[in-house]
Amino acid sequence: MKLSLGPLLYYWPKQTTEDFYQQAMSSDADIIYLGETVCSKRRELKARDWINLAKELNHQGKEIVLSSMALLEAPSEIKVLKQLCENGEMSVEANDIGGIQLLSEKKVPFVCGPAINCYNAHTLKLFVNKGMHRWVMPVELSRDWLQKALTDAEKMGIRGQFEVEVFAHGHLPLAYSARCFTARSENKAKDDCELCCIKYPQGRATSTQEGQQVFVLNGIQTQSGYCYNLLNDIESMTGLVDVARVSPSSMDSLTTLHQFKQKILGAEQYVKHDNLQCNGYWHQIAGLSLQG
Amino acid sequence: MELLCPAGSLPALKTAIDCGADAVYVGLKDDTNARHFAGLNFNDKKLAKGAQYVRDHNKHLHVAINTFAHPGEEKRWFNAVDKCVDLGANAAIIADIATLDYAANKYPDLELHLSVQASATNTAAIDFYQQNFNVKRVVLPRVLSLHQVKQLARNTSIDLEVFAFGSLCIMAEGRCYLSSYFTGESPNTVGACSPAKYVRWQETEKGLESRLNDILIDRYQENEKAGYPTLCKGKFTVDSIDNEEKILYHALEEPTSLNTLSILPELFMANVKSVKIEGRQRSPAYVEQITKVWRAAIDNYKQSPADYKVEADWNAVLANVSEGSQTTLGAYHRDWQ
Repeated sequence: MKLSLGPLLYYWPKQTTEDFYQQAMSSDADIIYLGETVCSKRRELKARDWINLAKELNHQGKEIVLSSMALLEAPSEIKVLKQLCENGEMSVEANDIGGIQLLSEKKVPFVCGPAINCYNAHTLKLFVNKGMHRWVMPVELSRDWLQKALTDAEKMGIRGQFEVEVFAHGHLPLAYSARCFTARSENKAKDDCELCCIKYPQGRATSTQEGQQVFVLNGIQTQSGYCYNLLNDIESMTGLVDVARVSPSSMDSLTTLHQFKQKILGAEQYVKHDNLQCNGYWHQIAGLSLQG
Repeated sequence: MELLCPAGSLPALKTAIDCGADAVYVGLKDDTNARHFAGLNFNDKKLAKGAQYVRDHNKHLHVAINTFAHPGEEKRWFNAVDKCVDLGANAAIIADIATLDYAANKYPDLELHLSVQASATNTAAIDFYQQNFNVKRVVLPRVLSLHQVKQLARNTSIDLEVFAFGSLCIMAEGRCYLSSYFTGESPNTVGACSPAKYVRWQETEKGLESRLNDILIDRYQENEKAGYPTLCKGKFTVDSIDNEEKILYHALEEPTSLNTLSILPELFMANVKSVKIEGRQRSPAYVEQITKVWRAAIDNYKQSPADYKVEADWNAVLANVSEGSQTTLGAYHRDWQ
């Protein structure tokens, strides 16, 4: 099983972002996804900067993939997407069907990202025919669901044509809205947001009136309140999952990658999770639950 | 412009047709549609009767098959498409790519509408569904501003259907897993958001509490009107970075309904083909009131576009059947965003 570092979901200053990726190059990640997937107003690194960073890091022993936006509404956002598709050397992670359309038109191999509704092998087959070489399963799906989809893929004779990646660590991207919840939390309108999400490098934790942390607000994206963690589930991923994804939250994510690497290499130690972690989706129960 | 009304039951269907709907949309009695609630939707017999009623009145019937096919169980979704054709329905509203592929290949003459659950918000996504499945119409997610709807209308050849009234989904539809995060069940997988079987009401010293799978969504004092605990419409606190006092508020959205009566002329001018009323889970009385108001509004506009104005009693009727008794233009209006 390989390890990936998912796209950075938060908004960090340019220097912090670049430092993070320089460090990530000596981490245990085999694959690194680069790019803005949440909000087109975040321009500390513009599309051109992401592409340049990706080219700089490419061919240094890690697979580099450019990630694209999940919610595409404006023609200007499609333009940026086209720019990513035309990078000329790297694969692109599509997070909207519009991405798949453009990438297949240009015959660029692509990763089907977790924000695309691909729930069964028929859909996988269609995407494989369009150039998909890796599928990141939607975060709400379970091991059981994955197994069934892959059994079908096997029967259709397409299982060998794509890799399977699973979101394995980090706050789960659960929803996308027109509304910016970070701006709202500061009583600002989205059009006048002053890019205030840069003040929250790990989003804004949001809790019930009983203090249970249920969401993390990250611009137009709503994330899980708890951190999803499949570290103790690596064994049950083996044979089904080709790539486990760690979603960046801070430099600590590089340590997390190392922990996953140790597990994959056979470390048997059970890691006790605190009560702000969860793994429910993998076990086909409520996402926020923790099993085992 | 077509007025498309919800029908969760045969009485609601008849009411919609009688009150002036041009078309109604229905779902089957299983998890192939996104309003899979107990006591709702159509078995085969009721569906046949409903289809006949619609035909007798020269109106249109759309069948929603708008959840995502489970691996190994695709047959259920494909059968729903077969049924839709057997009934002689005018269109199938589909979200799942496997189901679209099946329908487009097996029934090239069946009119396909792309469900809002497929979440197509841009020209490239629309091209994908047009080119691969010959989709004729797209139901736009409630995340686009009016300006963006107009832009899409200018830049694609597909027919556009927009939500005009009803419960406001504030997330891009089909791409929201909040419900399964809380309960294990989501619109995409089981056809329900914040399912009723997980809802619990409890009188406590602190007020009336609404819970979803035991998670506190809201707490109401005596003078407050309590609403269904759809999880994105609860009250929450947000952590601060500088130790300011935490404020309790509707961190995502207030309980409110979408109401676009005031922008109806602009929807006309954008050449929107159909306005959709949300609410298959609502009563025939709701369907009656909403359908009458929207029929009147559309007819008034058509009669004399320059004189169109929203009548006070229309809004009064709509507010009365809205969540939290209030309405909003939602994402159509940039300030909401």
